[in-house]
Amino acid sequence: MVKKQPEDVAMNGDGAIAYAWKQIDPDVCAAYPITPQTIIVEDFSKYVADGAVKTEFVTVESEHSALTLCAASCSAGARTFTATASQGLAYMWEMLPITSSMRVPVVMAVANRAVSGPININNDHGDAMAARDTGWLQLFAYNVQSSYDNAIIAPRIAEHPDVQLPILTNLDGFILTHAVERMTPMDTEDVKKFVGEFKPVCPLLDFDKPTCHGMLDGPDYYYAHKYQQAVAFDRALEVAEEVFREFKELTGREYKLVDEYRCDDADYIAIILGSSYGTMQETVDRMRDAGMKVGVATTHVYRPWPEKELERVMKGKKAVAVFDKHLSLGAYGPLYPEVVAAAIDLDEIPKMYNFIYGIGGADVGVSLLMEAMEKVVDGTADKLNYVGLKI
Amino acid sequence: MSKLNLNNMPIGARVCNPGSSEAVLTGDWRSYTPVLDRDKCINCLFCWMYCPDNSVDVKDGKLLGFKMSHCKGCGICANVCPKKAITMTEV
Repeated sequence: MVKKQPEDVAMNGDGAIAYAWKQIDPDVCAAYPITPQTIIVEDFSKYVADGAVKTEFVTVESEHSALTLCAASCSAGARTFTATASQGLAYMWEMLPITSSMRVPVVMAVANRAVSGPININNDHGDAMAARDTGWLQLFAYNVQSSYDNAIIAPRIAEHPDVQLPILTNLDGFILTHAVERMTPMDTEDVKKFVGEFKPVCPLLDFDKPTCHGMLDGPDYYYAHKYQQAVAFDRALEVAEEVFREFKELTGREYKLVDEYRCDDADYIAIILGSSYGTMQETVDRMRDAGMKVGVATTHVYRPWPEKELERVMKGKKAVAVFDKHLSLGAYGPLYPEVVAAAIDLDEIPKMYNFIYGIGGADVGVSLLMEAMEKVVDGTADKLNYVGLKI
Repeated sequence: MSKLNLNNMPIGARVCNPGSSEAVLTGDWRSYTPVLDRDKCINCLFCWMYCPDNSVDVKDGKLLGFKMSHCKGCGICANVCPKKAITMTEV
């Protein structure tokens, strides 16, 4: 039974994540400020200074050091959080696959921002996509509420004994990090109970049982350890579903691997990530009013890739429009080929379109998305389309 | 190499049981073997100090010989011996 929730509050996404972390009270946090993530560590460092948490907050000289410290402290057996964005995530890159291959469940919030250059601080998904192949789990939030909820759900998935992988919780820079929305927090006691104790696997600081982390592998072991990570990713799909169920029982808020809106009887669906999921819901409502059978789905869990769920959502549709806030130059948006791969097992494969949008913070409004979706409905869209491009 | 068992393999390339390198017989890699000329040896124990694999057998300050299970045949012992009492011979 869902118990009575605390009073709603007005918060921005960064503040909501800092508040979730305050409730969780992790052992260690090491971070370096970078817009639009700064408010997370700023707010959290206030909680540390006020003695509201027992967290060891380490001010490091760079993001590379931040993640190095996080990987080490998590190896030692401490629940460890960090946050970054864009260039900061790029600067961490070397440590991303090291952290994941060491199988330490570090939790990192990423305030998605375009990767320079040209220099740009606005929102797109270039940073998260550049981190895609580094072995981190990834969740995408689409409003302040899900940014907060993801922060509480993330350690549960990452720290599960069968998973033990680091996790990125993405939220769109400025659109979610800085814009204030109404959201329902959880009771701190409930958060603590839900997240539970961190139980590290043979941690470094267990003096009765000395261990060694970060070893060298020959080709046979390297390949086998990568496969072991792949197995953990597969298992993470089931674990995420279990955690979502438990979360729903506690809060009444329902999340799925693929969240969907009016897809059931739709002929045309959009697949989209992050805050645009909300914009697309409004677009869908207006198009439905005009008699067009459209719907929208979002891969709330982006890594592991929820292929089977996507396949189910796409079944029987006439066309699927994949919206990418990043462009793999010379190819497609990063979502598109993976959605196509999920569709090829269907008996009747829908028409598949790719829309590049919102790059470097280019405005994403209902009119823009509607124009794109109308082209999907009337079949005049190209395979690859650049929308909102002012040329 | 024998097949790896994923279930017994600690995650993250961790070594969860200390001292496990003893079980890896690095002596298998050897293509040169140290041979001691007892008459030339003055028991200075330079070879014991420099051996990277703990393969020099010493008791009561006297050099007894080499433990071949982990000797990779690197030849450092022969190189540091001031009396040229160790020669590396092909296995």
